[in-house]
Amino acid sequence: MTEAPAVTPTDIETPFRRFLRSYLASKVAVFGLVLLALVLFAAIAGPFLAPQNPYDLKVLDVMDSRLAPGGVSGDGKMTFLLGSDEQGRDMVSAILYGIRTSVLVGVVSTAIALVIGLSLGLWAAYLGGRFDGFVMRLVDIQLSFPPILIALILLALTGPGLGKIIVALVAVKWAYYARSARSIALVERRKEYIEAATCLGLSTNRIIFKHLLPNCLTPLLAVTALQVASAITLEATLSFLGLGLPPTEPSLGLLISNGSQYLMSGKYWISVFPGVALLVVVVAINLVADQLRDVLNPRLQTQ
Amino acid sequence: MIAFIVRRVLQSVFVLLIMSLLVFVGIYAIGNPVDILINPEATQAERAATIVAFGLDKPMWVQYGLFLQSAVAGDLGRSFAYSTPALTLIAQRLPATLELAVVAMLVSILLGVPLGLWAGLRRDGFAGRTIMSLSILGFSLPTFWVGLMLIMLFSVNLGWLPSSGRGQTVEWLGIPLSFLTLDGLKHLVLPALNLSLFNIALVIRLTHSGTQEAMLQDYVKFARAKGLASRRIIGVHVLKNILIPIVTVIALQFGALIAFAIVTESIFAWPGIGKLIIDSIRVLDRPVVVAYLLLTVTLFIVINLIVDVLYSVLDPRVRLSDARG
Repeated sequence: MTEAPAVTPTDIETPFRRFLRSYLASKVAVFGLVLLALVLFAAIAGPFLAPQNPYDLKVLDVMDSRLAPGGVSGDGKMTFLLGSDEQGRDMVSAILYGIRTSVLVGVVSTAIALVIGLSLGLWAAYLGGRFDGFVMRLVDIQLSFPPILIALILLALTGPGLGKIIVALVAVKWAYYARSARSIALVERRKEYIEAATCLGLSTNRIIFKHLLPNCLTPLLAVTALQVASAITLEATLSFLGLGLPPTEPSLGLLISNGSQYLMSGKYWISVFPGVALLVVVVAINLVADQLRDVLNPRLQTQ
Repeated sequence: MIAFIVRRVLQSVFVLLIMSLLVFVGIYAIGNPVDILINPEATQAERAATIVAFGLDKPMWVQYGLFLQSAVAGDLGRSFAYSTPALTLIAQRLPATLELAVVAMLVSILLGVPLGLWAGLRRDGFAGRTIMSLSILGFSLPTFWVGLMLIMLFSVNLGWLPSSGRGQTVEWLGIPLSFLTLDGLKHLVLPALNLSLFNIALVIRLTHSGTQEAMLQDYVKFARAKGLASRRIIGVHVLKNILIPIVTVIALQFGALIAFAIVTESIFAWPGIGKLIIDSIRVLDRPVVVAYLLLTVTLFIVINLIVDVLYSVLDPRVRLSDARG
């Protein structure tokens, strides 16, 4: 043992460092990460960054409506970098608030859907039998319909609203997590540590949530990241159709929808810039998720 | 085999029943239909008479039974907005949606297969890389926004193509069709391109990976050894082998195209069932909403059933895994 070469602490590669190194190997992924950091910063600090509160009617002036990018307000105090909409709202501010709403809806709905889908998937995999059959039949049936149709049915019943769109997105998305979690957990539950936990006489729920769950989380991470982007796109689409968020809680989809009627008269900025913002959000998440999937996939690891 | 089909059919009927119950409870029970059906100035006696006439005094499950009975008989109520039967309204709009979906499907194959083939053959070339990057973009671009950008570019800025409606239609067997006239064809280009965007990307990816696999197969080597021109190897032998899975996947996407037509039709004011449902939800035209939802759900159940049965006929392993699960 003493002949072993001296290992200094800096030589030891912790799993986190290895993860970091393989993540940073791709320039595109690093770009995606920077983009995602900017998006999250905009979502969190939006109200402090925005030149005006676009939903405070006191600061809006209808005289400033539909100004082209770079236009200056009537009182000369404000420059509309990306133009203004039909109510004289600064597009930069509207987009910052829109990103905030879209990211909030995407993250919250994904978190809830993940908890529900993950729990059901793990229980199904661990318990097997009738419960497994029932849950997976439900998943099969739901996944045989396009997500937009299921969300449409629910929103046609409930009407638009922030809480309602989150419920609709959860109802659409839980099945994806249940299916992924089950397939991962089916492999994990045959391993020895689960057998050991069973031999110790631990309760079923303790085995599932303390032992099985942590080992299933990593592969689910990439799936989850991709689903956030898909949830944000679906929310924007539904809001664009007037089914998602009410005008009092504007998301990017609603901003694009508001601008679409002015597109024919050449006032492109009301629709185009919120769309670019939406694209940046979705592409940033997709780039990061793609790299996560490659890095976390043990089959693709070289060592 | 027969047991499997019977079980699948029963399961489909069950799903349809659950869906109809959900839609019925959601649309007819949460809101109060009395407020819509009865004139607010009606007397108390008139109100009571109307409630009895519409069967609204009966318990919930009897009402649901009556609703199912008339639904099976093909009566899903009259539209409030158009005062025609909801089913007639949908039947009138359905050809426009089907036309759009079929054309979008053809576009995705006609554009996706050559591009995917090209990218698969020139994997490391500039063209191959560009095509594959564009296909990633096709997955992440929000479809509705791309639709608006298409309108902005081709209708507003360039003025090449119209942005709304079906244009001139020609009756064929009593069904109005757009693609038989030049004007209709022009109206069809942008919506079809928009609707097929996701599928083009999908076909490119499938063709790309299929080509790469096929080029390593023995039959390609054999054809080369036989001295066939590479045009013939790719155009006949490779294409024939990779097309089967691609066509299967795209055929499965047909239902999704009809569902997603909701978005495209709203953007391009295409007078199909997708635009109808959005307009109906906006003006709270409940019978049309119910009819659309039930019909679309039935359509999906039938498509899934056919696919499942076909698969079990073609691939015995599917039946085995179903029996075990």
